[in-house]
Amino acid sequence: MIDTADGAPAAADDPIVFEQRLRLQAAREQRRDRMRRTGRQIVVLAIFICLLGLAYSLYKVVGTAIDDSQSDWPVIGSILPESDDLKMPPVLDIVSGIFEEPRGTNEPFWSIVGKEAAFTLREAAVGFAIGVIVGLSIAIVLTTSGRLERALVPHVIASQTIPLIAIAPIIVIWGRKSFDFLPFEWQDWMSVSIIATYLTFFPVTINGLRGLQSPRPENLELMDSYAAGWVQTLWRLRLPASLPYLFAAFKIAATASVVGAIVGEISAGVKGGLGRRVLLEAQRYTTGPERLYVAVLGAAALGIFVFAVISSIEYGLVGRKGRETVT
Amino acid sequence: MSDINDGMSDAGAFDGARPPAVEIRGASKIFNLGRHNEVKALEDIDLHIDQGDFVTLIGPSGCGKSTLLRLIAALVDASDGTVVVNGKTADAARLDRDYSMVFQRAGLFDWRNVSRNIELPLELMGWKSADRRRRSAEMLELVKLTEFARHHPAELSGGMQQRIAIARAMSFHPQLLLMDEPFGALDEMTREHMQNELLRIWSETGITVVFVTHSIPEAVFLSTKVAVMSPRPGRIAAVIDNDLGPRTDATRDDPAFFSNVTAVRDALRGGH
Repeated sequence: MIDTADGAPAAADDPIVFEQRLRLQAAREQRRDRMRRTGRQIVVLAIFICLLGLAYSLYKVVGTAIDDSQSDWPVIGSILPESDDLKMPPVLDIVSGIFEEPRGTNEPFWSIVGKEAAFTLREAAVGFAIGVIVGLSIAIVLTTSGRLERALVPHVIASQTIPLIAIAPIIVIWGRKSFDFLPFEWQDWMSVSIIATYLTFFPVTINGLRGLQSPRPENLELMDSYAAGWVQTLWRLRLPASLPYLFAAFKIAATASVVGAIVGEISAGVKGGLGRRVLLEAQRYTTGPERLYVAVLGAAALGIFVFAVISSIEYGLVGRKGRETVT
Repeated sequence: MSDINDGMSDAGAFDGARPPAVEIRGASKIFNLGRHNEVKALEDIDLHIDQGDFVTLIGPSGCGKSTLLRLIAALVDASDGTVVVNGKTADAARLDRDYSMVFQRAGLFDWRNVSRNIELPLELMGWKSADRRRRSAEMLELVKLTEFARHHPAELSGGMQQRIAIARAMSFHPQLLLMDEPFGALDEMTREHMQNELLRIWSETGITVVFVTHSIPEAVFLSTKVAVMSPRPGRIAAVIDNDLGPRTDATRDDPAFFSNVTAVRDALRGGH
């Protein structure tokens, strides 16, 4: 090998130095590509939102016309729902609703919704974290035996057929009445996290199981031939091999945790989050319909945010190495 | 290179006192015993492999040669008979890490770079990271892929991946190398190159090799003994001594090479 320490002229001919330079350059290009892609994604998102607003406005014109002259348009009028400013507040009203200060407050509405989104995010994040731990634990236990897997997977699936709204009050009551053995005081938002957990553990278990079982038989034989123990095989083969599967599940679970938290807040009557906000704005819809739309947009933004967070963690952990196998 | 020889030579030093590498007596293997899909894979196998031998197991598909290799590796238990490796039961030899295995697919972990792949068995054995890195560098030198230490497996050709798999298998200086059609997925030219490389490593390290193949020229070129197997149920039809001396590329055109190829082919036909 050529000694690269003794000067640049020799290094220029050194294939290894040359290759390293190529690789650095490739990494730089990759970073630039990534930034360009992110920029493009933001532009696409903005265009999409504009198009959505346009479609919304266009339909409103049609719906309002139907509403005004139902007898003139007998066919369309009976098929398409009618519209007016109350049913569909104008887009500009919704946009200005973001910045207006609702009566009785001296805080712009986006700031109120933002704080409530943060409250919901905490519930969702705790629920997601517990869901990942529980879901992965179940998957690992099921991996130990095919018989256990066949026996328990139907129950895991059945658990998801129970309506979330039905179990939410039960969990809140348990939290208030039965969780006093815990070292900290149980708060209602924690019950909402448990409700979110109920939605998040499922994709993690199902995908985790597939991922943990994804190593080829000869890879498992290889670990056996090295007299590797069960834990070593789990840690050095099964878990790393399951990362791409797990991240697919994490993305589903993260958005589901937001849904679970909002539904949990609504059905458990927990104050402080987006669920309560949606409920409140629905109740006083006639005095400010645009605020309900803003609250819903806030919920959507929160879902996109958690998805983006998981995606960037995935990129950092497994995306860079080009995991395509060529064996 | 000298380090590699040092590690191996303490194995060679006790040659007189050491038990044979593999001693199989009356071994059979029946899969799914007692069920409708019962398969008798191996019947009444006797096989003796001395330390330092290079033995190939050859036979048509389904003759149980891979099963026999897994019997030696204790990845499959014998239904009957005894399998003794280095004077212990096959499973004790597995737990003592007396052998290492190479498969048809390289089976490298694509989330680890080349160097970390080679370190895998050393990690499992609890080696310190500095020792692991030193040994991994030695092994890369042995398979002549030093400059690819930090590459990921997906960036390497099939032949290079298989050389890394051999480096990984040799990393903890096992006394016995079990190879299950390791070059079966490679093109002919890469394959001949890999055969030369394997023979170089074998002669440099004095390791015992059991090599499964279904290629007659490969078996004759590589091994000191060819165990010819016949199918359904798998038996050893003949063990042919294959003393061609040190191999070079000229060996492939040697009349002795061709006469041994013919002998193996006849034995394979005789099995039917």
